Amino acid sequence: MPGRGGHARPAGNAAESGVSAAADARDRAAGRPNASLLHRRGRHERLGVLCLALPSLLLVFITLVLPVGWLFGLSLLADDGSLTLEHYRKMLEQPSYARTFRTTFEVSVLTTGICVLLGYPLSYFLSQLPRRAANLCMIAVLLPLWTSLLVRTYAWLVLLQRRGLVNTWAMELGLWNEPVALVHNLTGTLIGTVHVLLPFLVLPLYASMMAIDRDYLKAAANLGAGPVRTFWMVFFPLSLPGLLTGALIVFILCLGFYVTPAVLGGGKVIMVSSRIANDIEIFFNWGAASALGVVLLVLTFAFMLIASRLLRASAILGHADPT
Amino acid sequence: MSAKGRPAGELPPPGGTARSATVAPVTWLRRPVTDTQITHRSRLWLYAIAVLVMAFLVIPTVIVVPMSFSGSQYLEFPPRQWSLRWYDNYFASASWMAATATSFKAAALTTLVATPLGTMAAYGLHVSRFRFTRLIVGTLLTPMIVPVILIGIGIFYVYAKLHLVNTLAGLVLAHSMLAVPLVVMVVLSAFKSFDANQEMVARSLGASRVVAFLLVTLPQIRFAVVSGAALAFLTSFDEIIVALFVSGGENSTLTRNMFNSLRDQVDPTIAAISTIMIVVTSLLLAVSQRFGRKRDP
Repeated sequence: MPGRGGHARPAGNAAESGVSAAADARDRAAGRPNASLLHRRGRHERLGVLCLALPSLLLVFITLVLPVGWLFGLSLLADDGSLTLEHYRKMLEQPSYARTFRTTFEVSVLTTGICVLLGYPLSYFLSQLPRRAANLCMIAVLLPLWTSLLVRTYAWLVLLQRRGLVNTWAMELGLWNEPVALVHNLTGTLIGTVHVLLPFLVLPLYASMMAIDRDYLKAAANLGAGPVRTFWMVFFPLSLPGLLTGALIVFILCLGFYVTPAVLGGGKVIMVSSRIANDIEIFFNWGAASALGVVLLVLTFAFMLIASRLLRASAILGHADPT
Repeated sequence: MSAKGRPAGELPPPGGTARSATVAPVTWLRRPVTDTQITHRSRLWLYAIAVLVMAFLVIPTVIVVPMSFSGSQYLEFPPRQWSLRWYDNYFASASWMAATATSFKAAALTTLVATPLGTMAAYGLHVSRFRFTRLIVGTLLTPMIVPVILIGIGIFYVYAKLHLVNTLAGLVLAHSMLAVPLVVMVVLSAFKSFDANQEMVARSLGASRVVAFLLVTLPQIRFAVVSGAALAFLTSFDEIIVALFVSGGENSTLTRNMFNSLRDQVDPTIAAISTIMIVVTSLLLAVSQRFGRKRDP
């Protein structure tokens, strides 16, 4: 091989580079185009092209990495500027923090659970429709995504208020006799978060259901399984990776959710994000807010990591591509 | 088997709904839906749940539109008397008008910054296949993962040092960072289905990389670039949390003012503004669909 430089790869280690240097010399002597030089040039050019990503990287660095890093530093500083773990210790000691974290997890778990209960039948329904009808029904899932979050949150505020549409209609139908408090509490928060996050469950779940090979279902039916058994033993397990992806996306997004819980919770449902905002806006307590932010970030990344592990495992078990 | 007549082999493809117009409802109920022979009748519960969930998704999204034309203080549906008073309120208010102008300016500038930046990055990342490019893609996508509240207060802190708080430039910079990942994702996925050899051919015929990109590649990924631009615009236009912390004074955005007003009371003027926002979004999406449509695949 050393004689024909045409297929020389860019040098990977010292031994190889010795060989390719020899090949270079031979190529040069024979007046052939120098293969490894071309490769090196190609590599340089590719590096040059990669520089096109630099402005974006710089932007992300200045407006994301730097600020978040700064907050990380602030979370470790006491008022007099010395290093301290004070802010993290307070988080463990003060019961109000425990309450905030409990509320955050409660809302996230309930939201994820309700989204699964509502989203699975909807996705299944969509996956069974003919293409054109499914695309039409898909608008119902995409329309909320396209609409401003604030608009939807406002709409729920209007619908759920004391004299709002839901209370009026429920009383006319005789479901309850006097206006029920549906907003500025946990109920309102959950209705809002489920409405906002449901599409994030349906989209990956629907995609994974569409990827299921229908021949498996036919085979199960052919082997004597009834529709119910086919669903639970064949279809449902194959749709699990998609369900898991969607549920984890919903859960992670809900952990850091600010706008909808802040408006529909009306100050009574304090999640981590609301607490961070309050620490800054009302108490100007940067240390506490930063420490809380760091914990939220670590939690988010931890769940992402768990998610990617789980998904890899379930992708192997379920044969389905989670993406 | 409840489906009389047809053997499984001759069944129409799953879901007879497209043709059900010509079939009497009763027969439609008895027809099998799937290859496992389940009939539409035994599926009715599923259809009911799905329709309810779709109503839950759609109704709150669009109901503010008719309600915004209500004449009473308590937004009713259907409105007992129609009026444009909330629109009058909005257009007559100098502060709402200023906020609207800021939002449009910020969104337009964000589009102008994020679209070229994101497209360049996507091109660079796609063409140079190094092992570590995955890492760069990951870094560029982090703005989608980090909780926005953290980004908001962090940027606020850094901007306070740089005297960028309450400036349009600061807002545009922050919104561009949030929009770049979306542009990168959309354009990268377009590159995956683009045949890179075409650009090679153009370059071997003497075009420079820039010319080859502009004349050969760009026209073919146009759809993705336009979608990316639309997403960038909407990201900025709908963004709340960062705007809450870094925009203010004469540069406060529409969303910031709406959010602050929502925390206090239910102001029906917001319904009018919401309707206008829905119209802007729909127009933008319609235009981007039209403008960037693939001629033939």
